[in-house]
Formats: sequence, C-alpha cells, structure tokens
Amino acid sequence: MMDRYTPWQLVGIYAAMAVFLTFILLPFVEMFMVSLRPLDHLRSTPYRFWSEEFNFGAYSRMWETVPLLGRYILNSVYIAGMVTALTMIFVIPAAYAYARLQFPFKSLSLGLFLGVNMFTGAVLLIPLYRVLRTLGLLNTYWAMIVPGVAFLIPTGIWLLRSYLEKIPRELEEAAYVDGASRLYTLRRVVLPLAVPGLIVVGVAVFIGAYAQQFLFAITFNQVREYQPLPAGLFEFIGYQDVTWNEMMAASLTGVLPVMIIFLFLQKYLVAGLTAGAVKE
Amino acid sequence: MADIADRASDAAPRAVPRRAVRLPESWFAWALIAPAMIFIGVIVAWPLVETFRLSLTDANLGGESYVGLENYRDLWESSRFAETVGRTFFWMVLSVSLKLILGLAGATLLNAAVPGRALFRILVMPPWVIPIAIGMIGWLWLYNGHFGLLSGVAQQIGLLDGPFEFLAYRNSAFYSAIVADVWVGTPMVTLFFLAAMQGVPKDLYEAAWVDGAGRWYRFRRITIPQIMPVIVSMALLSAIWTFNSFEIIWILTEGGPRGATTTLIIDTYKVAIANFKFGEGAARAVVIVILLALFSLIYLFFLNKVNRHYGSGKE
Repeated sequence: MMDRYTPWQLVGIYAAMAVFLTFILLPFVEMFMVSLRPLDHLRSTPYRFWSEEFNFGAYSRMWETVPLLGRYILNSVYIAGMVTALTMIFVIPAAYAYARLQFPFKSLSLGLFLGVNMFTGAVLLIPLYRVLRTLGLLNTYWAMIVPGVAFLIPTGIWLLRSYLEKIPRELEEAAYVDGASRLYTLRRVVLPLAVPGLIVVGVAVFIGAYAQQFLFAITFNQVREYQPLPAGLFEFIGYQDVTWNEMMAASLTGVLPVMIIFLFLQKYLVAGLTAGAVKE
Repeated sequence: MADIADRASDAAPRAVPRRAVRLPESWFAWALIAPAMIFIGVIVAWPLVETFRLSLTDANLGGESYVGLENYRDLWESSRFAETVGRTFFWMVLSVSLKLILGLAGATLLNAAVPGRALFRILVMPPWVIPIAIGMIGWLWLYNGHFGLLSGVAQQIGLLDGPFEFLAYRNSAFYSAIVADVWVGTPMVTLFFLAAMQGVPKDLYEAAWVDGAGRWYRFRRITIPQIMPVIVSMALLSAIWTFNSFEIIWILTEGGPRGATTTLIIDTYKVAIANFKFGEGAARAVVIVILLALFSLIYLFFLNKVNRHYGSGKE
C-alpha cells in the first residue's frame, strides 16, 4: 500500500523523530536530572550527566530555601483560574454573536478584536501601568489578572466561535419558534450543547493565563506575597548563589498543574486549537 | 433565522403561546459583544491611544511636557536604534525560518503512519504548555558555561577545550537566544502544519501514487501546495510572536551582552520601565505598532494571493 514503509525508511523516520524530540525534550530531561543531583555534584567539573548520588532531597529542601514557594504556586493557579473565569464570561456571549447573528460591522469588529493579538503587553506597559494605577489596582492580584484577561479575550472568541459554528442550528430555531427569548435560547439551548467546546477553550485560556504571568508580575506587582511562580522562581538566584537543583525541582513542581490538565485533555485541545485555522 | 421563525409562526400560530419581547438581532448582538469590547477598550485601545500621546512628550517620573516629534527625531538620528531595528528583523527572519522548517519537518514526521505517532504528538507539546519563564530556567542551565550540559558535552567530545559561557559573548548569546526562541515556537507551528496535512484529501495522494509518484514528489506537489494557506498564516503569526517575544531574551540575557540581544521590545522595556523614560519608550512602542500593522497588511495581501492561486475554494 501507499502508506507502507521499507525497513530503512522506518529507521530513518524514527531516527529523525529521535533527533526532533531530543531538541524538544532535552531541557526537561536535564531539568529533572539536575533536580536529582546534589549541589556539590552539580558544581563539579568535568560535567557528568549521570550520578550515583541521585536523590529527591531538593524537592523537600526547596520549600525552606524559598519559604513562599507554595504561595507562589497557589498564586499562579489562582491568577490563571480568575483570568480563565473572567475571560470566559466576556468570551461566551461575544463568540455566540459572531457565530450566529448578523449585525452591522460584524467582520470589522471581529478584525479589531483579533488585532489585539498583534500586541503583547510589552508595547502597552507604560499607559497600562497608569491605567492600573488610576484604578488603584497596582500591587494587587488584579494587576496581573486584568491585563491577562484583555490579552486572552480575542483568542477565546476566535476559538469558541469556530466551535459554536459547528453546532446545528435546528435546536435553537425550534426554541425560537416556541417563543423563547434570545437570551433564554443562549443559556438553556446553546450553552449545554457547547460544553465540550467551552472546556477546550477554557483549558486553552488557562494554559495561556498560566504562561503569560511573568511580564505583568514583574512590572505591575511589587508585593512578594502576590507574586506568581514564574516571577517567584528567580528568588533561587537572588541568594548567595544559585541552588540549581532546588530551582529545577520547584520549576517542575510548578508546571505540574498545567501539564496534568494538558495530558488529560490534549486530544480535544489540539483538535479545538487547530479547528479555526484548518477549514474542512 | 428571523425569516424562518416568522414563516414557521405563520404556518402554526398555536405554537406561540407566550411570545417574549425580542430585541432586533443587531441590538442583541451588540449587547453580547459590548462587555468584551468595553473591557478591551479600557485595557488595550485606550493605552494604545495614550502611547501615541505620550510619544509626543518627554514624560518621566517627574512629569511631562509636550515636545512634538523630538522623540522620533532622536530615534531617526540614533545609529544605535537603527542597529536595534536591524537586529530585530534579523532575529525575526532567522527564528521564523527555523521554526517553519523545523515545524514542517516535525509535522511530516508526525504525519507518517508509523507505530507510536500518537505518543510523539504529545511529546512535542510541552514547550508550548509550560510558562516560557520556566522553560528559560532550563535553558539558562543548559547554556551555563562551567556546569551546564552543552558546554560539558562539547568539552567531552572535543568540540571545546575549555568551559564556554554561551550567554557571555555577543554572537553566541544572540544565536543561543534564537535556539531557545525556536524551541518555544516550534511546537505550535508543528501542530498547525500537522492539522493542515491531515486535512489534505487522501484521494489526491492515491491518485498520484497510482500514477507512480514518489513520496518526495507527492510532498512537493500535493502537500506543500495544499497546506500553503496555513504556511502563510503561521509565517505571519509566528513573525508577530517572535517580533514581540520578551521573556525569552529578558530572562536569558536582559538584552546583553553589550546590547547584542536587544530587540525593539527589549529596548522599549529598558527605556520605559527600567529607566522611567516614558515618553522615549512610548515613541519606540509606536514604531513597533506601525511595523506590526505593516506586517498584517502584507499578510492579508499574501493570504489573498495564495488563496486565489491555490484556489482553495473551501471557504
């Protein structure tokens, strides 16, 4: 058949795949190995990948070296969770409007939303700093939540819209014919049908929100107690010297929440993310 | 939809026991969009306008006064700024090209019908899933000269005869940052290319195969043209992300050594946030906005052309 490979082609494919995955996974593997190696072993030359003294000590000592570490991880989850909830509140009605309704300036306004994707926060930091100061939000959780929401709304609308477009219209039309209001139709007919899509978009937003905290945190928040993990991790560097093994242990522990969510939902996530880009 | 509803209710009047008061469709639509619109207006659009205004002032911690186009004139006359712009484009072109090539290669591999490909697809994604800042901690270690893996391994296989601090020299720091940037960006590109490849109709390949076309020929003459619109989209999106990438460079080098990795975004951040020269920083931000707008126009132009040329006819 067309899809059959000769043994040599198979070897070639697996070899190329191995090279590709080595590039992608090397930092993670090495981070894990470092987290297991004792500090004096890390500081010895020549470099050795393997060690006879591997242990999980760093995973318990890291909480003492950076006492707020647990707080940082919880902050990250809390900020990402709040960003996700707020983003979805803004995204659901808007995505429905773009998926189903006809109205003036529809494509123009959608284009404006997507235009937001062109900027990162970095371009707007100065006036954003002033806006947040005016609103009294600097040095609070909100200083990291509010801009986070703004920069995730466009992607959320885009992803959810392409999902809603795939839901058959007949049910909505039936409810409409029966005299249900538009809002009632949206709440009681469309949203229950859209639950899988809402989960995919919610997870994508959560991952984005978890990932984007660094810049807003270092710029808009000076309060250590509110700092998310990506900013807090650098405290391992701030002390007399870098406790690399504990920093790696803390990094890996800190990404566990998103990695677990990703592993459980990766199949739906990948399909949902690419659906908008690839038209069938 | 309103038509259908009207016709249906004409045909069966008994089906409408209590008709709710309905807004006209366009009012309802705008009511649904308004919250998101207003929020983005306050947090993105207003700061954008404010950036333009600030760029015409000498705003700093002490206050601000109108200076006209002076900030822009300074930028125009500054050879360092010209260098920064050039470096940013070099950074972007090199990094995006590598991401596209690696993404295409990766997607082709992941698309091959071999055992284990479902697992490979999951294993490609972690750099995208985790926060960039955390991935960069891994790269900081890899690039560490005395104890890091790259320097260590290079010494053991004889490529280097002593420790090499990758981030300490101008050239090596720049290319090291590029590699880390490619690492962050490749999974997304791969994922989209793979999805596009899976959307190519199977019968095209079968027809070509029956006619005796080899794999390379099918790749070149079927796969590439079929996924061209996605390649163009990803090239632009990836260019915008790469152009805007802040955390990678900031964490690895903070723009150093001696400015070797200072891109426009880093320069803007340093001037505006680290040195509190809000006006001068805003002028740089405006330059970025204009360049990004230009990209988008070029993109729309090419996407139109590509869609017409390959007559995707799907939309």
